Amino acid sequence: MLPIGHYLFLGLALFIIGVIGVVTRRNVIVILMSIELILNAVNINLVAFSRLYGDVAGQVFALFIIADAAAEAAVGLGIIIAFFRNRETVLEDEMDLLKW
Amino acid sequence: MTPAGYFLDHLWLIPLFPLVTAALMLFIGRRLPNVAVSALCVGSVGLSFLFALGAVTQLLAAAPKNRVAQRILFEWLTPGQMQLSSGHLVQFTADWGYLLDPLSSVMVLVVTGVGFLIHIYSIGYMGHEGGYYRFFGYMNLFMFSMLTLVLANNMLLMFVGWEGVGLCSYLLIGFYFLKKSASDAGKKAFIVNRIGDAGFILGILLTAVTFGTIRFTSQGLPDASGASGIFQSLKAAVESQALIPGATVLTAIALLLFIGAMGKSAQVPLYVWLPDAMEGPTPVSALIHAATMVTAGVYMVVRMNAIYQLAPFALDVVAVIGAITSIFAASMALVQNDIKKVLAYSTISQLGYMFLALGVGAFAAGIFHLMTHAFFKALLFLGAGSVIHAMSGEQDIRKMGGLWDKIPNTAKTFAIATLAIAGIFPFAGFFSKDEILGQAFDRFFLLWIVGFITAWLTAFYMSRLFFLTFFGHCRADEHVEKHIHESPRAMTVPLMILAGLSIIGGWIGWPAALGGENRFERFLDPILTGVLAETGTVRIAHHALAKEILLMAASLGIAAAGIFLAYRFYCSKWFAPELVAAKFPKLYRLLANKYYVDEIYDAAIVDRTKDLGTLLGQFDAKVIDGVGVDGTGWLARFGSTLSMWWDKWIIDGLLNFGAKLTQLLSFPVRFLQTGTFSSYALLILVGLAILLAYYQQHLHVVLRGAR
Repeated sequence: MLPIGHYLFLGLALFIIGVIGVVTRRNVIVILMSIELILNAVNINLVAFSRLYGDVAGQVFALFIIADAAAEAAVGLGIIIAFFRNRETVLEDEMDLLKW
Repeated sequence: MTPAGYFLDHLWLIPLFPLVTAALMLFIGRRLPNVAVSALCVGSVGLSFLFALGAVTQLLAAAPKNRVAQRILFEWLTPGQMQLSSGHLVQFTADWGYLLDPLSSVMVLVVTGVGFLIHIYSIGYMGHEGGYYRFFGYMNLFMFSMLTLVLANNMLLMFVGWEGVGLCSYLLIGFYFLKKSASDAGKKAFIVNRIGDAGFILGILLTAVTFGTIRFTSQGLPDASGASGIFQSLKAAVESQALIPGATVLTAIALLLFIGAMGKSAQVPLYVWLPDAMEGPTPVSALIHAATMVTAGVYMVVRMNAIYQLAPFALDVVAVIGAITSIFAASMALVQNDIKKVLAYSTISQLGYMFLALGVGAFAAGIFHLMTHAFFKALLFLGAGSVIHAMSGEQDIRKMGGLWDKIPNTAKTFAIATLAIAGIFPFAGFFSKDEILGQAFDRFFLLWIVGFITAWLTAFYMSRLFFLTFFGHCRADEHVEKHIHESPRAMTVPLMILAGLSIIGGWIGWPAALGGENRFERFLDPILTGVLAETGTVRIAHHALAKEILLMAASLGIAAAGIFLAYRFYCSKWFAPELVAAKFPKLYRLLANKYYVDEIYDAAIVDRTKDLGTLLGQFDAKVIDGVGVDGTGWLARFGSTLSMWWDKWIIDGLLNFGAKLTQLLSFPVRFLQTGTFSSYALLILVGLAILLAYYQQHLHVVLRGAR
C-alpha cells in the first residue's frame, strides 16, 4: 500500500495544474475544465484520507463532489452558451462588464 | 266685492299663449313649414286677444270703483326681512301675479289687438324672407314680455317684462344680423335702454325701502290677506304725515322711474336709439317701436301716478322733457328722406306729447293718446311697409311719388292715418291731441305753445311724406316702377281694420264740449284718483266751454295750415322746398344732420368711453401685465434661479463632494477590479497563500489535531 504522501502529491499536482489553468487560460470552457481538475484533486485527497483513517465519510463527500461537479458543468456550460449568443465570445478577458 | 269670472281667473293664460308658441318656434320652428308657423304664432296672439277681451268684459261688469282684479299665481321671491328707510322691519316679498284694472285693460287690448293685426300683416310681409320661424318666435316672445309688463301686479315683475321687451327689441332690430348697420342698431338700442333701466331699477329699490312693498295695490286680491300695496302704503304715510306731498324721496323715486321711461320711450336725451331701430323689419317697427313697447314708459308713469301726483317737481320735469322731445323730434322729421325715419321721429315726437300730457297731470289724456297713437302709428308703419313692399325695398321718398293709383288700398288707409296723426276732426288723433293741448293750456301757457307748434310741424311733415309718396310723378327706376303692385290681402286687411280704428278710435273719448261725455277718462278715473282728494280734482278741472271750443278750432286750424303748406310745397309746387332750404342753409344742415346729436354723443360719450377703454387697456398692458404678471414672472424666475443655484452648488455640490472624495480615496484600490475573473481567482489564491503563510504555526496545530 502506497504511503499517503504519494496521494497527496498527486492531488497537489492536479490542484496546481488546475489553478494555473484557471488563472492563465482565456477560454472559459478551458477554465471550467481546469475547475474540474481542482475538484478532482480534492476528491483524491478526500478518498486518500478516508482510506488512511478507515472512515467512509470522506468517500461519501467525494461522491457528493462528483455530483456537484456534474451539476456545475451543466449550469456553467448553459451560462456560457447564453453568453455566447449575446456577445459571440467565450474569452474571459472580454467578459469585463463588472470592471470599475 | 272684487270682480270674478273665468277669464279673470285665467289672466295668466293671456301671456302664456305667446310664450308657448315662442318656445315652440325657438326649439322646433326650423322644422315646421311656414303655414304651421303662421297658424301657431298668429293663432296664439289671437287667443290672447280673445282672452283679453273676455277678461275686460268681465271686469266691466263690476262697479267702476271695484274694477280691479288681481290674481297671484305663486310666490316668486320668498318673504325675507328687510329694513325700511324709516327703520321698520318688514317682510318683503314679490309674487308672480297679474293685475287687471282699467289702465291695464286699455293696454292689454291695445297690445293684443294691434299686435294681432300686425302678426297677420307679417304673414304677408315676411312671407318671402328667411328666418320666418325666428321672426315669429321673437315676435311672440315680445308679446309675452309686453303682456307681462302691462299685466304685472308688482314693479319687479313689470321689470321682467320691461327687460324682456328690450331683449326682443334688440333681437328684432338686429333681425337681419348679417347687415352691420342692423346689428349695430340693435346694440345701440340695447345699450341706450340699459342707461334708462339703471334708473328704473334704482327707482324700484328706492320704492321697496320706502314703502316695504313693490306691489302696486292690494285692492282686488281675492282674499283680504292684509298684504299692502304701494298705493295703500303711500296713503297711510301721507295720512300719518310721515310723508308730505313733494317729499324728496317721492321726487327721487319719480325721477328715477322717469329715467327708465326716458330710455324705453325714447325721450330726450335717450331717444337716439329709436331712429336707428328702423333697421328692423317694418312690422317690428310698427309693433315694438310705435304701438307698444315704446309706450311702456308712458304706461309705467301712469301706473305710478299716485307717487307722481305727490311729486310736482318730477311732474314738471316730465312735462318739460316731453315738450322738448316733441318739438325737437318733429323738427328733425321735417327733412328726413327715409319713409321709416320720418315715422320714427314722428313716434318720438308723439311720445313726447304723451309725456307732456302726463307732466301736466293729464294722465288719462296721455293714455288716450297712447291708444289712438297705437292705432294710427301702427297703420302708418304698416302702410309704409306696404309701400316699401310695392317699391321692391326702396325706402327713400325722393324716389317714390305717384303711387295713389297704383296701390289704392295702401294709399287710402295711409291718408286716413295721416289725417289722424295731424289731428283733423273727427279722426282719432284729434280727440286725444286736443285733450292734451287743452290740459296743457290750463297748466302752463308755454307748454301749450310748444305743443301747438308741434301740432303744426306734425301736420306738415306727415303731409310732406304723404304727398311725396303718393302724388306727383313717379321718380322710381323703370324696372322698379314696372313691378309696383298692391300688397296681398293678408297685409291690406289689417291696414283697413286699423284705418277704421284710426277713424272711430277717438270717439270713446268724445269731449264734453262737443256734447259727449268723455267715457275714456271716466273709465280710467278710479285708478287716477290719487291719495289726496284735492289732487284728483285738479286733473278734471273743466275750462269754460267757449274757451275749449276755441282751443279746438285753433288746433284744427294749425293742422290744416300745416297740411296746406305741405300741399303747396310738395304737390302744387307753389314754391320749391329746395329754395327754402337754400335760403336757410345752416338751419337745413342742422336739421338734416339731426342736430348732430349722434355726433355729439359720439364725441362726448362714446369716444370718451373708448378713450377710457384704451386707457384701461394701457393700464392693463402696463400695470397689470407689466408689473403684475411680468413682475410675478420675473420674481418666480429670480426665485427659481436662486433655488437652482442652491440646488446646483450646495445640494449637488455636497453629493458631488462625497462622490469625489470616494473616488479620490478609492484611487489605488479600484484597479484591482479588472472584471476578468481569472485575475480574481489569482487574487483569491494569493490571499489564501498569504493567510496560510501567516498562520502556518497554527496550521501545524490544526493538522495535528486532525490526526
